[in-house]
Amino acid sequence: MFASFDFDVIRRSLSYLFLDGMTFTLTLTGLAALGGLVFGTLIALMRLSGLKWLGVIAGLYVDLVRALPLVLVIFWFYFLVPYIGQWLTGASRPLRVGAFTSSLVTFILFEAAYFSEIMRAGIQSISKGQPAAAQALGLSYSQTMRYVVLPQAFRNMLPVLLTQTIVLFQDTSLVYVLSIPDFLGAASKVAQRDGRLVEMYLFAAAVYFAMSSLASLGVRRLQRRTAVLR
Amino acid sequence: MIKISHVNKYYASGFQALKDCTTAVAKGEVVVVCGPSGSGKSTLIKCVNALEPFQSGEILLDGIKVNDPRTDLPKLRARVGMVFQHFELFPHLLIIDNLCLAQQKVLGRSREAAETKASALLRRVGLEAQARKYPAELSGGQQQRVAIARALAMDPIAMLFDEPTSALDPEMISEVLDVMVDLARDGMTMMVVTHEMGFASKVAHRVIFMDKGEIVEDAPKTEFFGSPRSDRAQKFLSKILSH
Repeated sequence: MFASFDFDVIRRSLSYLFLDGMTFTLTLTGLAALGGLVFGTLIALMRLSGLKWLGVIAGLYVDLVRALPLVLVIFWFYFLVPYIGQWLTGASRPLRVGAFTSSLVTFILFEAAYFSEIMRAGIQSISKGQPAAAQALGLSYSQTMRYVVLPQAFRNMLPVLLTQTIVLFQDTSLVYVLSIPDFLGAASKVAQRDGRLVEMYLFAAAVYFAMSSLASLGVRRLQRRTAVLR
Repeated sequence: MIKISHVNKYYASGFQALKDCTTAVAKGEVVVVCGPSGSGKSTLIKCVNALEPFQSGEILLDGIKVNDPRTDLPKLRARVGMVFQHFELFPHLLIIDNLCLAQQKVLGRSREAAETKASALLRRVGLEAQARKYPAELSGGQQQRVAIARALAMDPIAMLFDEPTSALDPEMISEVLDVMVDLARDGMTMMVVTHEMGFASKVAHRVIFMDKGEIVEDAPKTEFFGSPRSDRAQKFLSKILSH
C-alpha cells in the first residue's frame, strides 16, 4: 500500500520542519502560556477581589473569549491589530504588525481566559485559614497573595496548567490561517511543493501525537509526585 | 492593652454572633475565654485583630482603634500574634521560612536577623532540629509549636490563641500547653480561647464565659472556679470537668 509513497521527503525536509517550524510552534506555545498565565492570574484576582465592577469586567471578558472560535479571533486580530495600533499611536497609516506578534497577542488573550479559570479554582482551593494566618502576621493583601496564596494555588494547579498548555501546543497549529510556517504550516508547505500530502500530514500527525503523549505522561508523573508531597 | 466595648456583630443572614460584648485584657494578663461551641468566643477573639469585621462597638488595641477605617490594619496585626486551631503553617515553605517570611516582608528585617530570631524561637519551643523540614513532615503538636514561634518572631505585644489544642491528638496537647504556660509565666499578655481548664487554673488571671454571643461571666480565676455566678457557667463547668 505504501509502495507509491515517498517517505524520503520527510528526511529531506527534517531540518526545515524542526529548526524552523517546530521552533516557531514551541516559542509561540511557551510565550503564550507564560503571558496567558500572568494575565489569567490577574483576571482570576479581579474576579475574586470582592470589588463588584472588577469582577463583572473580568467575568464578561472570560465569557466573551470562551464563546468565540479561536480561528476567527486569530483572523480578526491579524487584520484588526494594525488598525488598533494606528488608533492607539495616532500614526497616519496602519501599524505594521508581524504575523508572529499578532498571533502571540491572540493566543495570550485567549489563553488568559482559560488559565484564569484554572487559577481561580486553584485560589479557591486554598483554605481560608491560610490568608487569615498571613494577614494576622501583618502581611498586606498583595503580599498575602504573592507569598502565600498564589504559590500554593499554582502548585496545586500545575498539572492542569500543563495539560492546558499541551492543548495550546496543538492549538497553535491554527496559525496556518495566516500562512505562518509553524510546524504544521512547514509540513504543509513541503507537502504542496513536492506533492507529498499524505506522507507529510501523516508525519505531522505522528509528531504531534508523540510530543503531546510524552508531555501528558510527564504531567501524570509530576501529579503523582506532588500528590505524595501533600 | 486590649479594650473591647459594646461590640455587636451580625452575619448577613441576620444572626447575631456577638451581643454587646465588653471586657478588657491588661498588660501581662492572661485571660481564658471559654463557652460552648457556637457561643461566639472564636468570633470575639478574631475581632480583636480585625480578621472578623463587626458592626458596632469599639475595640482598642494598645490605644489604637481596630475598627477605624484609617487604621493601618497590617501594621496593627503585625503587633499581635495569633495562633489558630488548625495551625495554618504555610505548607509550601520550610519551617524556617514560615518564621522568616513576615519578619522580612513586614518588619523589614534582614535574612540573617530573621534567621537568628527564628532559630532562637525554634530552640525555645524545642524544634530547632526541624528548621529545614516542611510543615507536613511534623506532627500536629510540633506544627502548633512552630505556629506559636512564628507569631512570637514578630515580637508581639500580645498573643491571641483561638482553640490552639482542639485539633490535636490528646497526647500532643500537653507539649503545646507547656509552651503556652511558659509564655504566660514570662509575662506575655494573652487572650486564649480554650476548653483546657487545667491551663486556665494554672496560669489564667481571669476567665470569661460566653454563651450565645454574650459574655455571661467575667471573673477572676478563683472566683470563677470556686463559685460561678450564672447557671449556664455552672452547667458548662460541670459538663467539661466531670470526666
